[in-house]
Amino acid sequence: MSELALPKIDNSILNRKSEIIKNLSKLTDKENVLSEADELRPYETDALSVYTQTPLAVVLPENTDEVSEILKYCYSENIKVVPRGAGTGLSGGALPLQDAILLGLGKFNKILEIDYKNKCVVTQPGVTNLGITHAVQHKGFYYAPDPSSQLACSIGGNVAENSGGVHSLKYGTTTNNILGVQMVMMDGTICRFGGKSFDQEGYDLMGLICGSEGLLGVVTEVTVKILKTPDVVRAALIGFPSIKEGGDAASEVISSGIVPAGMEIMDKALIEATDNFSKAGYPRDAELLLIVELDGTESEVNELIRKVEAICKKNNCSSLKLSNSEQERLSFWAGRKAAFPACGAMAPDYYCMDGSIPRGKLAEALLEIKKLSEKYELPVANCFHAGDGNLHPLIMFDGNDKEQLRKTEEFGSEILKTCVRLGGVITGEHGVGIEKRELMCEMFNDNDIQQQLSIKKSLDEKNLLNPGKVYPILRKCAEEGRVHVHKNKDKFPDLPRF
Amino acid sequence: MSTKIKINSQIFQDSNNVYYPKDEVEVSDLIRELYKQDSPTEIIGNNSKSFIGNKTQSANTTSLSKISGIIDYRPEELYIKVKACTPINEIEKVLSENSQELAFEPIDFGYIKDGKSNKGTIAGYLSCNYAGSRRFKVGSVRDHVLGFKGVNGKGDIIKSGGTVVKNVTGYDLSKLIAGSFGTLVALTEITLKVLPKKDSSKTVIIYPNNFEQIDDLFNKLSSSSSEISGAVFIPEQSHDKEFSAKRNNVFKFNDLKSKVSFVAFRVEGDKISIEEKINNLKKELELNNSDISTLDVYQSEPFWEKINNLEVFEKTEHNLIRMVIPPANGSKLCKYLENNHNYFIDWCGSLFWIEVNSKKEEKIKDLKKMANDFGGYLTVIKTSSEYDYGEPIFTVDKVRLMISEKVKQSFDPKRILNPGKMYRGV
Repeated sequence: MSELALPKIDNSILNRKSEIIKNLSKLTDKENVLSEADELRPYETDALSVYTQTPLAVVLPENTDEVSEILKYCYSENIKVVPRGAGTGLSGGALPLQDAILLGLGKFNKILEIDYKNKCVVTQPGVTNLGITHAVQHKGFYYAPDPSSQLACSIGGNVAENSGGVHSLKYGTTTNNILGVQMVMMDGTICRFGGKSFDQEGYDLMGLICGSEGLLGVVTEVTVKILKTPDVVRAALIGFPSIKEGGDAASEVISSGIVPAGMEIMDKALIEATDNFSKAGYPRDAELLLIVELDGTESEVNELIRKVEAICKKNNCSSLKLSNSEQERLSFWAGRKAAFPACGAMAPDYYCMDGSIPRGKLAEALLEIKKLSEKYELPVANCFHAGDGNLHPLIMFDGNDKEQLRKTEEFGSEILKTCVRLGGVITGEHGVGIEKRELMCEMFNDNDIQQQLSIKKSLDEKNLLNPGKVYPILRKCAEEGRVHVHKNKDKFPDLPRF
Repeated sequence: MSTKIKINSQIFQDSNNVYYPKDEVEVSDLIRELYKQDSPTEIIGNNSKSFIGNKTQSANTTSLSKISGIIDYRPEELYIKVKACTPINEIEKVLSENSQELAFEPIDFGYIKDGKSNKGTIAGYLSCNYAGSRRFKVGSVRDHVLGFKGVNGKGDIIKSGGTVVKNVTGYDLSKLIAGSFGTLVALTEITLKVLPKKDSSKTVIIYPNNFEQIDDLFNKLSSSSSEISGAVFIPEQSHDKEFSAKRNNVFKFNDLKSKVSFVAFRVEGDKISIEEKINNLKKELELNNSDISTLDVYQSEPFWEKINNLEVFEKTEHNLIRMVIPPANGSKLCKYLENNHNYFIDWCGSLFWIEVNSKKEEKIKDLKKMANDFGGYLTVIKTSSEYDYGEPIFTVDKVRLMISEKVKQSFDPKRILNPGKMYRGV
């Protein structure tokens, strides 16, 4: 893996390690301050596990006041801080620094209030995404954003990354589904943006924090909107004889006025890989597979299904299956959700990319990726959130072969540049982190980046909070790592990734 | 030679010394020069909403109204990219030709301003972030902005976002720009998410007996899986004969009883699912033996237009307040307002439009305290002639003000753009 540039190490901090640990132990229970090598090991990396770094210490505060005191101390002593939720992030946003403390929010694991009358849940940031839905589903409610790691990822991490999920076309991402946050700034100031009412007046600071990858503050409480579970949810599994016909059908679904709850595309390589892996019963003769999910009232869903069927037939679909039970609907998704491990079973390593493109450019993007695959002589499988244009190519390679690794990095970088060229962006949902830092200049010019850095400086003048992430350190578009999974040993091998 | 003329002879100025840059380069040149001269400017579009917010005290006025026109509309990609001061009417017209719409339902503030329709421009609308009746279901203006381009207070052209819905590249500045009243960036280009227009709509009217029942109706409506896309409460205001007459005149519909308070909710979709949802809701709300009426699409559409035009407060000369609170506190607020101030409730119990019964501002203090206690906020949207700005028209706490000052500083260090429009020092 290429050398990763990180902020300059402050040796004075390293030299004061024992004093810093002693002082931190006065600000929270001393059991919450970890500094032994074996205690630090689990925190060395997040789900971008190719990069590892031991932090100076790990601190696990238990309440907002402790977070505030810890940050105030670090601010006065010029100690860098890396915040961390569940550590499931795929872009290295929670990668520790040698001279920084890692601030883990794992002890913030309680739901504080369920308010059905105001249709919201007030929760601590360490609660898992799915944990919120589990807390309200007995009353027929749920929390809409559903990143594939929802079983393990924390809501605080979702706020930091503005996480989406397969349903984000219809229901939006995290930023559209939260009402308020409590946050602590680097100097220890505790602030509250929004609450239980809609649309905070004045600058939308909650909107700024959401997706800021832990660079502007540490979120200590989140108020999320909950929605009523739809009456009926059905899915359709449709095979197409060519990429173009399938892509056209997906575009036509949207332009006909249908807003599907979810719409996913897989290419032939992935259909075969997942079907081998999970026996999902996918049409193996198809060049492209489309899964469309629709929700609403019964007559609404039936009408939409009828329209989707007509569009797919018009675009020469080779097979079409509708789910007639909840079990069948879940079986349609089973293969798709196994896409990542299926690729892991086919090659020693894979890289997962995360670009967004305009939906209508799918065929063009896939053909381009195919050409690149031939150029670099590396196999690739593609899945695509067709509803919202988020593309996840999975490049398969052998990490022990240095030349293959180099080629993979170049291949990945070219894919993201292609996304930008087609009118898209370099990250749809995984975040920039350390992974795509140097590609920021593919999307933004100096003015744009300077403006963003200027905001960072205004809220964290000493650049102590999660430094080295998101914005390029190198003044060139160097190729860095992507999500690298070796021998299917993902940091979270059990999490579905889609 | 005055400073104004020295700025750039290419940039058109009218007889009132208003600058009219015609593209982003001219906006950048103008602001860069104003930055050098430490000379602030008011930023305006079509002036439809410039009455909202504090009066900007600046030597210059910059109108972005020449920066208008549709750049790129892709119905199949569900986005439209426009120059910042494209009139909302123009955008809605082209979307409508493709059976699409701006789902956040832009409010027409022209009626309260001077009784004439004027939806203004998209930049003005984004700068206020005031969504219409569908907000509680589809989100606000900020939820529909995919990206923008504009000029910061140093004259730098900056951009954020793009045209795709899934995008987590860098800070989400589109959210920050929404509701910033032109104090961070002079907008030059905006990309919006658009959505398919629903085939049809119907509105069901219920005549409740007391505030607890209204509260219960709003709660059940927002808890239903038979999604509604609008819910208002329009009280009868018998204490104010003049207003009452105006109210009854605005809401004159064949199938709507006059001179009584009512709750109205809207169901949109294809005709079959509308009927299905209404039947479900009647059961959930236990309305089968109640006195209700239904407005068909021909009445339903103008009804919601009147709501979103704020027609009951047309040309109001009183202080007009927009208060947003968590809906569970609605009935408490209703009890306070009843027979005291004229008002109606939108967003299924969250948004209160209140015409304060005095032209003086002292009562605003009480209402603001109430909004804060309820966990919400208020904005004085239109001020009376007697308002002397002793009571700030926005609600902000000390910490948020401190952060807002820092954010302002990062975009506009010399406070060139709309200084003081929102808060002193911002």
